[in-house]
Amino acid sequence: MSEVIKIKKGLDIRLKGKADNVFSQAQLPDLFAIKPTDFHGVVPKMVIKEGEKVKAGSVLFFDKYQPDVKFVSPVSGELTAVIRGERRKILEVVVKSDGKDEAVDFGVESIADLSREAIVTRLQEAGAWAYLRQRPYDIIARTGDTPKAIFISGFDTAPLAPDFDFVMTGKENEFQAGIDILKKLSDNIHIGVNDEAASKVFTNTKGVELHRFKGPHPAGNVGIQIGQVMPINKGDLIWTIQPQEVASIGKLFTTGKPDFDRTLVVAGSEVKKPAYFHSRLGACVEPYIKDNLNPNENVRLISGNVLTGSQISDDGYVGFYHSQITAIPEGDEYEFMGWAAPGFNKFSVSRSFFSWLRPNKRYRLNANMQGGKRAIVVSGEYDKVLPMDILPEQLIKSILVEDIDKMEQLGIYELAEEDLALCEFVCTSKLNLQKILRDGIDLMIKELG
Amino acid sequence: MKALRNLIDNIKPHFEKGGKFEKLHSTFDAFETLLFVPNTTNKNGVHVRDAMDMKRTMATVVLAMVPALLFGLWNAGYQHFMATGQDPEFWPMVLHGFLKVFPIIVVSYGTGLIIEFIFAQLRGHEVNEGFLVSGMLIPLVLPVDIPLWMVAVATAFAVIIGKEVFGGTGMNIWNPALLARAFLFFAYPAFMSGDTIWISGLTSGEGIVDGFSGATALGAAVTSGNIDKFSLIDSFLGFIPGSIGETSTLAILIGAGILIYTGVGSWRIMLSVFIGGFVMALGFNAIGSTPLMQIPALHHLVLGGFAFGAVFMATDPVSATRTARGKYIYGFLIGVFSIMIRVFNPAYPEGVMLAILLMNTFSPLIDHFVVEGNIKRRLKRASVNA
Repeated sequence: MSEVIKIKKGLDIRLKGKADNVFSQAQLPDLFAIKPTDFHGVVPKMVIKEGEKVKAGSVLFFDKYQPDVKFVSPVSGELTAVIRGERRKILEVVVKSDGKDEAVDFGVESIADLSREAIVTRLQEAGAWAYLRQRPYDIIARTGDTPKAIFISGFDTAPLAPDFDFVMTGKENEFQAGIDILKKLSDNIHIGVNDEAASKVFTNTKGVELHRFKGPHPAGNVGIQIGQVMPINKGDLIWTIQPQEVASIGKLFTTGKPDFDRTLVVAGSEVKKPAYFHSRLGACVEPYIKDNLNPNENVRLISGNVLTGSQISDDGYVGFYHSQITAIPEGDEYEFMGWAAPGFNKFSVSRSFFSWLRPNKRYRLNANMQGGKRAIVVSGEYDKVLPMDILPEQLIKSILVEDIDKMEQLGIYELAEEDLALCEFVCTSKLNLQKILRDGIDLMIKELG
Repeated sequence: MKALRNLIDNIKPHFEKGGKFEKLHSTFDAFETLLFVPNTTNKNGVHVRDAMDMKRTMATVVLAMVPALLFGLWNAGYQHFMATGQDPEFWPMVLHGFLKVFPIIVVSYGTGLIIEFIFAQLRGHEVNEGFLVSGMLIPLVLPVDIPLWMVAVATAFAVIIGKEVFGGTGMNIWNPALLARAFLFFAYPAFMSGDTIWISGLTSGEGIVDGFSGATALGAAVTSGNIDKFSLIDSFLGFIPGSIGETSTLAILIGAGILIYTGVGSWRIMLSVFIGGFVMALGFNAIGSTPLMQIPALHHLVLGGFAFGAVFMATDPVSATRTARGKYIYGFLIGVFSIMIRVFNPAYPEGVMLAILLMNTFSPLIDHFVVEGNIKRRLKRASVNA
């Protein structure tokens, strides 16, 4: 067991509505969707048409630029709708479940006997390749690459995030099988675990290198953990994957059938009973929030957490990489002299609001911008919440002026949007740093490939 | 509040594009957002935001200046009555100061805000709150007897040449408030230095007590080489002539406490300015060949605008260095140059202003080297691993 890596910079946003470690019961929904917008840079090409029957594991669409990367249906049933947005961009591919749970059978083979190529092909065919994402750029891993290492974060420190120890309990065997598969892709597998939790699932896993972390968010971000263990330099390639997805891969190979079961946490101040649910990839959120939200409030539903998630409607779908739904007040109302109020109920890293008097209070924060957009004025505030040897403000400025050399030198390879989410949260000028970073990454991909 | 909100919603269309008062949109928006935090919500990116915004930030700085301002009001009266040989109660002194200082504040804010509103409208931006601070800083660094038209001219110069030509708040190279002072200092030196301007009434020569000199400590040190009249404790508490807000180091330190505690002002800069000044003054003490060199190091820090500059001027985030490491260097050099200019150039006993403007100019360069250092570290890490 290696030493504990202490993360000092960061911030835990204390929100109301944390889920206890209990499961609530809810029927699986009828509708499921895969949203191509969850995958950066993927241009979907549909394989089947509306009305055609699918099994769990049947290919729905593939990526135009990487045709090997396929996206499959999580349930058996019928493709009911391909929802398009502006310029006919595909937003959601909706499958209606027939409740039969028929799945494509990929056959069972001994993991030890499988070659790397066979594993890669199987992952692609079963729609599991998309679980693997690469750093730099935080995009789906490229099929021809061999990474320097694979990183898994065994805990999530984001506000109201699921407790992976709880989620993964009972999935030990699948997880280990998944790890054995991944070891064929890269021999060097690292798991970051929370020093303050038991994390038996992870600590008992064989064939991996464990790192213990301690500290506030973003300590649970895989990008931050990579930065502490083996920072990404130009030319480095590291893959990341989430624990539930590892177990899913494990199950694919041990049962021969694709597995899309996911544990979902529903949390937030507007949720009546925050709890965990047995759910499935791409599920419609409706059964989980029905009669479970504060009826007196205009609620914003988020797939994912409040820092990095995306807004969904109340019949929307859980994002591909998400295992959390958060409900907070929309906050689209005017507040009289809000900037001058003493602010006992306002959360801020600065101590200009009197809420600092109550350091353990949990807050009911809404989605209001809390002010207007401005030019960058205040300095040094981003540094306090980014535990990396990176100058975030200077990096952001280099992206804004599209200076590729500077972006590279200042560490754009090490960052994904989620790592800058806290900087965006504290930004007095209310800038959209995650969007700026993604634009910068897109530019890098376009210019450098 | 509902009624007020309804009223605003009713008149709002007139200020939108195509409305009767389209040209006043920025002005309307400024007042609307002052009264109500807007209802805009986060669309992409983070869904929740820190409650801190630019208005709160700037309001906190203004709040931090209040102790210095209040003391300044009282001190303006106190100095006046001392000079004229009267001995009134507390309130008349405050009233006298208020009558002298309040018009300066009104002129400073009035001129600056009008210009800000015009530029915001021309650019189609929201009015930026930066001037809320500059508008208060300018009166605090001026002598109490300054003619009001000069305040207006200096403010206009500072806002237009110092800020708007570069693109507005966040883009300026120099601290606008200091630029206003520097402008007056070089354009109208007679009104910005000497023995009479620091105390109200002296320029017009109202029955001054015999033998009374209205010179500031630094002025006295230059001319007579003697600051005995200004004890360390008086200078610290602020019972001395000087610009309106700069005399009481104690009041300024209260402001510094507010800035540091709320996290709005950079303690790195403040601390390093004081250290830089102290070290430099100690060095001069060791040489000690002129009267100014002999001023004790600690005494240097409480005289003139040193403390005020360190706490309120040097920490302006836009014109200061932006990296943490850079702030130490920047602050230290401001301290060093302040004392150096003070001691070596008797024509400019107020070295702080020039030192800060000078370091404002160099702060991008300091940041450049800090950033280069970060880049080199990253490159080195790559070659070690390779």
